[in-house]
Amino acid sequence: MTFPYNDIVLEHFKNPRNVGSMEKPDGKSTEGSPACGDMVSVYIKVDPDTKIITDISFESYGCASNIATGSIITEMAKGKTLEEAKKITWKEASQALGGLPAIKAHCSVLAVEGLRGAITNYEEKHGLSASREATTVEVVRKKLKKVMNPMMGLDLVTTNLVKEIEVKEGVVHLLIELPENHQFSAVIKEEVKEKIEHLWDVKNVIIDFVG
Amino acid sequence: MEKLIYLDNAAATRLDDRVMEAMKPYFFDRYSVATSEFGYSSGIEAREALDEARSKLAGALGAEEKEFIFTSGSTESSNLALKGIAMGLGSKKGKHIIVSKIEDFAVLYSARALEREGFKVDYLDVDEFGLIDIHQLEERITPETILVSVQHGNQEIGTIQDIHQIGRICREKDVLFHTDATHTFKRIPLDVTRDFADLITVSAHSLHGPKGVGGLYVRKGTPLKKIMDGGFQEFDLRAGMDNIPGAIGFARAMELVTEEENTKLKEMRDSLIKMVFEKIPEVTLNGHPGNRTPQNANITFHYVEGESVTLHLDMYGIAVSTGSACFSRSLESSHVIAAMGGDHERAHGSIRFTFGRFNDLDEIGFTVEKLEEIIKNLRRISPLGKREVK
Repeated sequence: MTFPYNDIVLEHFKNPRNVGSMEKPDGKSTEGSPACGDMVSVYIKVDPDTKIITDISFESYGCASNIATGSIITEMAKGKTLEEAKKITWKEASQALGGLPAIKAHCSVLAVEGLRGAITNYEEKHGLSASREATTVEVVRKKLKKVMNPMMGLDLVTTNLVKEIEVKEGVVHLLIELPENHQFSAVIKEEVKEKIEHLWDVKNVIIDFVG
Repeated sequence: MEKLIYLDNAAATRLDDRVMEAMKPYFFDRYSVATSEFGYSSGIEAREALDEARSKLAGALGAEEKEFIFTSGSTESSNLALKGIAMGLGSKKGKHIIVSKIEDFAVLYSARALEREGFKVDYLDVDEFGLIDIHQLEERITPETILVSVQHGNQEIGTIQDIHQIGRICREKDVLFHTDATHTFKRIPLDVTRDFADLITVSAHSLHGPKGVGGLYVRKGTPLKKIMDGGFQEFDLRAGMDNIPGAIGFARAMELVTEEENTKLKEMRDSLIKMVFEKIPEVTLNGHPGNRTPQNANITFHYVEGESVTLHLDMYGIAVSTGSACFSRSLESSHVIAAMGGDHERAHGSIRFTFGRFNDLDEIGFTVEKLEEIIKNLRRISPLGKREVK
């Protein structure tokens, strides 16, 4: 038989390692959305003293290369320090899998972003030195660029749904142009909170819908 | 390795051995080019065989022999229909064409190509089942409209349009009507007189005939201009050497389709749909619940991505296709499901099963059994579904 992927990819696709969500993860990130085709969530547990990733798991809504990359990257990151794990590249993951079709790069890069996202999430929660910057309007805007507008397949900022961003004494106030009862309002609200609420100097996130 | 369970018969079919037998002599013994009646005898014989095949295929549509031309397949047929009419009528009557949003790429991209040449194209909406709105069609027809092209049965979701109605409206308004019948020819009744069709695309590849052979019915007197220049073949409407073995094979393949076979296809279709709905939660049938081609079932398995499903099925020797972006070379998800109002997730998780002569009910049972396991496993690792099940 001639499959579109090599044996290592197929092995990880058939028997993905470290699969599933995690109860009370120390760090978590979801990248992509059904609109853009693929979606990956990565969960990590971190030893607070050594900063070593002691446990890791992932979930995938995606094609074979997405699943296989998620699988291999959890194997590669487990037991590494956050600094080491951060440096794992898509190229290294792809090499560990014996190569992926070039056209599938965008599906598999999500897993790498997921891992980095989970690490950033951990660092931001703990106000670690590397990311101990104040949360400004610009920081919030950057975060919102990671939230998809499910109607367009592009992010909230690019599709102009975010009308106002205000940051004052740890309170982030957002104005989103969408009726409160719109079918996607709840999902967007949840995802926005997920991206901002945990930031070390943020006390509260208030989201208002207009339109 | 188990045997292949091939459920992608809309894409291509296994050649029927009897078709091969009918074609064989025209490769080895009677391989002459078709000549005029003043040519040499083997050429005259080739001409006669070609005409006989033509006559049979035209007859199956209720047409006359001279109204059926052979092409290299449905892509060429639809290109010729749209571009040939645009060239033949564009400067005389007007530059307006109407197609549906869910046409196959040959029609859709021919329409887009004509748009770039200054034609105006209206794309008809479809409802949640994939049916066009007849009133919208009526409203869109103007005195400049030269052609309406609406398919008979859909390539992905199998929905059958009421082409009798569509044809009648076009005839009343004096507009030419083309229908792509690639997936319905010989599967559901189609008659050029009853259905008021002026141009019909058909193909051998979907009927256990050879690849690379199709046909276009062209009503007598239709102002079609040839788009491929060369010789005077096919009543001077399509240049190029006659594919005589292909034509013979197409005619034989057409003859071999029976009503019993179509009933058997329906049984497999209905049985697969029923079993999937019984065994697997959170699924959606794409297309019309009753009004669909006998060979097509298309189902979305929510919260999973289609390419992963097809690859797992492939490992069990089962071949199907999906509307997921990941599966396609263009990385674009199904335009058909989008037109029905389906979101990306519905397109990504859609699997198309198309049945053929060489499938049986045991294969359907095995396929559903494996699907149940695959979907369960993929949902287990999917971040979707858990929080979004309502």
